[in-house]
Amino acid sequence: MPSAPTPVTDTPGGAAAGGTGARRPVRRFDPLLYGPFIGLLLLLAVGTALNPDFATWDNWMNVLTRTAFIGIIAIGMCFVIISGGIDLSVGSMAALIAGATILMMNALSGLLLSSVAVVALGMLFAVALGGGFGLAHGYLITRGQIEPFIVTLGTLGIFRAVLTWLADGGAITLDMTLSDVYGPVYYGSLLGIPIPVWIFALAALAGGLLLNRTAFGRYVQAIGSNEQVARFAAVDVDRVKLLTYGLLGVCVGVATVLYVPRLGSASPTTGLLWELEAIAAVIVGGTSFKGGAGRIAGTVVGAILLSVISNILNLTSVISVYLNAAVQGCVIIAVAFLQRRRP
Amino acid sequence: MSLHVAFDGITKEFGAVRVLHGVSFDLQPGRVHGLLGENGAGKSTLMKILAGYHAPTTGTLSIGGEPVRLAGSRAAEERGIVLIHQELNLADDLTVTQNMFLGHELRRGWLLDERAMRERAAHALAQVGFDGDPDGKVGDLIVAEKQLVEIAKAQLRNARLLIMDEPTASLTPSECERLFGLIDRLRRDGVTVVYISHKLDEVERITDEVIVMRDGRFVARAPTAETSRQRMATLMVGRELTDMFPDRQPPQPSARPLLSVRDVTVPGWAENVSFDLQPGEILGFAGLVGAGRTELFEGLLGLRPRSGGGIEIDGRTVRLRNPREAMRNGLTYLSEDRKGKGLHVGMRLRDNLTLMTLPRHARPLLSSRSETDALDRAVADFGIRGDPQGVAASLSGGNQQKLAIAKFLQPDPRVFVLDEPTRGVDVGAKRDIYFLIARLAAQGRGVIVISSELIELIGLCHRVIVMRGRRAVATVPAERLSEEELIAHAIGTHTRH
Repeated sequence: MPSAPTPVTDTPGGAAAGGTGARRPVRRFDPLLYGPFIGLLLLLAVGTALNPDFATWDNWMNVLTRTAFIGIIAIGMCFVIISGGIDLSVGSMAALIAGATILMMNALSGLLLSSVAVVALGMLFAVALGGGFGLAHGYLITRGQIEPFIVTLGTLGIFRAVLTWLADGGAITLDMTLSDVYGPVYYGSLLGIPIPVWIFALAALAGGLLLNRTAFGRYVQAIGSNEQVARFAAVDVDRVKLLTYGLLGVCVGVATVLYVPRLGSASPTTGLLWELEAIAAVIVGGTSFKGGAGRIAGTVVGAILLSVISNILNLTSVISVYLNAAVQGCVIIAVAFLQRRRP
Repeated sequence: MSLHVAFDGITKEFGAVRVLHGVSFDLQPGRVHGLLGENGAGKSTLMKILAGYHAPTTGTLSIGGEPVRLAGSRAAEERGIVLIHQELNLADDLTVTQNMFLGHELRRGWLLDERAMRERAAHALAQVGFDGDPDGKVGDLIVAEKQLVEIAKAQLRNARLLIMDEPTASLTPSECERLFGLIDRLRRDGVTVVYISHKLDEVERITDEVIVMRDGRFVARAPTAETSRQRMATLMVGRELTDMFPDRQPPQPSARPLLSVRDVTVPGWAENVSFDLQPGEILGFAGLVGAGRTELFEGLLGLRPRSGGGIEIDGRTVRLRNPREAMRNGLTYLSEDRKGKGLHVGMRLRDNLTLMTLPRHARPLLSSRSETDALDRAVADFGIRGDPQGVAASLSGGNQQKLAIAKFLQPDPRVFVLDEPTRGVDVGAKRDIYFLIARLAAQGRGVIVISSELIELIGLCHRVIVMRGRRAVATVPAERLSEEELIAHAIGTHTRH
């Protein structure tokens, strides 16, 4: 694996205990590398002990299906964060894409198109719109030389406001006929595994390959590790950054494609706080918030871990489910605490 | 109170890399000591230990006969020891007065006593001959003025021992004169001075005694009056200079230059610079810090705005708008700032090496085998010693530099530009790098070496272009290369040509 998932130190010689010469560096157990996996296993054990309904196939598939939206977005977010960027707008973006897609599909269904064709067009439209939004972010960040935090803080407001305006403060609802055709994309399953879980798994696989086995992935890590060095090494920094935001936008589009048939509507509360959950999944997965090093597997586990927490709180009464966000917050801070030894 | 400082068996390790190997000597109160040594000799590290920035790994630092452990630079300052950094340590957005009292603000009750601070600052500034505004922003000052502010700040803290790290690196001759006068006065006041410089003529002129370090060790000391520049240079390098450098092979005869630069301007840094580079030629660029050498090449690479002029590689006019286009046209540039622009020190050796040529290893997914083979070849070809699985930071300076050179040679450039190729590199690796540069030239590549180490330009280059004040003012051929000649052109006192 070409990525360096181990924490990266910048101090001279601080990284390899063995250093130069014949001594091999001692590869010590790294809690950050395995932490998310161990954390998830512990949670699964706790959940199983607390409630017999927890350790059932149906419950797990349910958790994974719900994780799919955030998980797919988190995979794209992982690239952005590794490259040293951030995107705060993904929740609003998902809401606007959902709204716009539903409006478009409703409009098209009045024409002489089959419902299947309309839904297919709608899905394409959603993914393309996400990619377009992402590229717009990337363009403003690279060419416009604006901080990603600021750009996406701006679009966070813009996207949601436009959706609210389109929905006139209420909800945009998908036509019944289309809902019936579209429904299986969320509710259907293949070989006993729900469609969203398949898509999530495919996205994770593709993300892992892209990050670890392609030049693009290496450039993303190099830019996050030290943008200046990458620039001097003839890496087209602007293009790579642009593409990371485009990729994240596509991921948001895909997540929205899965989300729309779930409720068949978009409202001003659609996708609320998804950006925080996606960022949290990436961080809990052991990716450095400073950029440079990170991994997809960790991100996937991070996303699952966060939804398992809320699932356990739902199924048990040890801690009120109202404290879900508080428990997740503690986990995030604990992970950040473990990461702090990075200089 | 005079300050007697003694180092006894000082060692210092950064991770696995040992940069000081048991250094012992003492500093006589009230004298000006020239501390000599090549890049990487450990001078700066030792002085940072004295000034409290680093703690020694082993060994004892004694002040006034009493062993001390300095908890930080503040503890050193309380004992009267102040280090003036090479890259001056002032906050550009604060005023001169605010900078001078930073961390030592005078208070009246809960509020700052602005008036008292301004008065005392003005007094100290007048003593060092600073005639600017104590309320002006430091960012608006020129380097020489900032240096005076640093010295005045040290005076304010009652410095008894002042360490100056290459203070004249970016000063004009008249500014240097003013600084030397000031050092003379400090000596008369009983202040001990440690003067780190590469410029042997300055050292000869203003120091009472020279101390030479090499590869993290103390080598020799002698009263300045009893030694010669030749002797100092030999002690610094540790072997006869003739042995350090390969024999000069003549450049290959060629109908047209490999690289031709015509009237290139990098606004603010270089004006109308023109030069040619022949295949097999090693072309040096000399000049003071700030003469525009690095910026000229960053401009040629498209990393800075460039106006006018033309660039031809192998007779073809090329547009170089970014390092990528430069690489595709056969030109790569290894920056002087190895950690900031040359290597990803936190990434592994292999990932560093192949970063510029990843598509070559992608089929279409990256092949770990192919990349590892490339690293194995580079380790053998360039003599990189260290753990191949480790990160670049785990290598010593010399091996990091070899890795960086290997990295920028991966695209197989026809023209290779090295900026300060031996900065922070030990003597052995230095020699390796010189022989490597000669080998690259012998392969028919054009090599450009930007360097502040005149010895290396003189030993290595076929021609040296000297830059002064944004212009290429002279081209000195190998047979006329000497320190005097280069310095005279660099500071503008050359008269003959």
